[in-house]
Amino acid sequence: MSELSARRWQGPPDGTRVGTSRLSLGVDRIRCDGRGYCAELLPEMIRLDDWGYPIVSSDRVPDHLLDHARRAVATCPLLAMRLAGDGRSR
Amino acid sequence: MSFTSLLDGPDLRGGAEPATRHVARLGPSLLSGSELIDALDQSDLRGRGGAGFPVGRKWRSVAGRQGPRVVIANGAEGEPLSFKDRLLMQARPHLVLDGAVLAAGAVAADQIVLYIGREHSAAAAAMLHALAERPATERGRIRISRAPVAYISGEETAAVQFINRGVALPTRVPPRPFEAGVRGRPTLVQNVESLAVAALIARHGGAWYRSSGSLLVTVTGTVVRPGVIETRLGTPVAEVVERAGGRPGSIQALLLGGYFGGWVAADDAWDLPLHPVRLRAAGHSLGCGVVAPLPVDRCGVAETARIVSYLASQSAGQCGPCVLGLGAIAETLRRLAMGLSRPDDLARLDRWSAELPGRGACRHPDGGAGLVHSALSVFAEDFAGHHERRGCTAARPLTAGVA
Repeated sequence: MSELSARRWQGPPDGTRVGTSRLSLGVDRIRCDGRGYCAELLPEMIRLDDWGYPIVSSDRVPDHLLDHARRAVATCPLLAMRLAGDGRSR
Repeated sequence: MSFTSLLDGPDLRGGAEPATRHVARLGPSLLSGSELIDALDQSDLRGRGGAGFPVGRKWRSVAGRQGPRVVIANGAEGEPLSFKDRLLMQARPHLVLDGAVLAAGAVAADQIVLYIGREHSAAAAAMLHALAERPATERGRIRISRAPVAYISGEETAAVQFINRGVALPTRVPPRPFEAGVRGRPTLVQNVESLAVAALIARHGGAWYRSSGSLLVTVTGTVVRPGVIETRLGTPVAEVVERAGGRPGSIQALLLGGYFGGWVAADDAWDLPLHPVRLRAAGHSLGCGVVAPLPVDRCGVAETARIVSYLASQSAGQCGPCVLGLGAIAETLRRLAMGLSRPDDLARLDRWSAELPGRGACRHPDGGAGLVHSALSVFAEDFAGHHERRGCTAARPLTAGVA
């Protein structure tokens, strides 16, 4: 946990421009069962509430996190997470 | 002084206005189709079910889709404090039907479903009777569906799912009903008051509504004459409370917008305009038009605990954050109300109500969280008093010095 928490994104290093995809994360709240893998795989954008359900950033996913975001989507055992274009995910 | 338009016509106690009288009184609609949608845009009419979405934009989004479309006239008034939809259906069913038929014409829908709460018996009977008075060409494409008695039944995806497969629970979005609703068809779900207003706009135009339109509010709680009041858009809150026989001096706070709305301290509330856009700009919500005063001798903490317990009990039970989060908030509020709170309870309430919005398939958790958020600020003193076992303003003796 501490190792992953250390990855929590603190913003770009000074002077660096960070590219941002047009994609954002969404959760099918009816499917989601609070397994919590997504928060393990993408702590920069996902944390868990007191009951283990994800609190997901509504920001667009930065380019350098896209692979991690795709892995979080693919790993969800309930297939509850998706990565979609502007305004299509919630 | 008293201004009406939706409820113009015969005495409301006389029951539903018959078709002949309705037509003689109002005459035919002058606007329809895309002209009516333009007029709705111009009117700036906002949906009256609670969400307050611009009606013209909603109709346009369905009108722009392909294939057969459906209109749902939403008369499932699940909000326990609101009575305006059932009164409207009961007293002016033809105005609602006019609006539904005009909406169907404007969005090119060939089917209309009147979705009416199962507990609204008189309203359903009036609508059924009115339907029999309409021409066969209209009757053939309108049917009535009775919504189960539950807070969540009127949520628009719940309405669609009930009509599709008999289950009145929200579904995930997207797709939203305007994309895929009844039998997968683009579907306009519109509150019955919004439809009735559209029927008036079809006769008097968008500019008329924008300058002198009205809305229905339910004034309830401790007033002498609780009930539905029609008033001009922008009327100050104080005026409808006084019309209902409330005494401003005896009121500490008001619940605006119903269980999905929020608390406002009385002194901040009196001048607020009953207007969806202006009220939103002031940081409040008109919701479904409920104005519920809380008297000075009642406890805002206990009242909030009661409401949130009800909302938690009315969760569809599908989404973890709503079931567990709203449930925990309700339990914590009950502990606080009883003076049995634990050390971190106030901080937890604050955090939980901030974390909840946007984390359900529908907006049910958002509504409960918003109410708690407003309560924590309006009743801050009382929350602190309960938390520190000092009691609250409502618990102070009303008469001092009785020997």
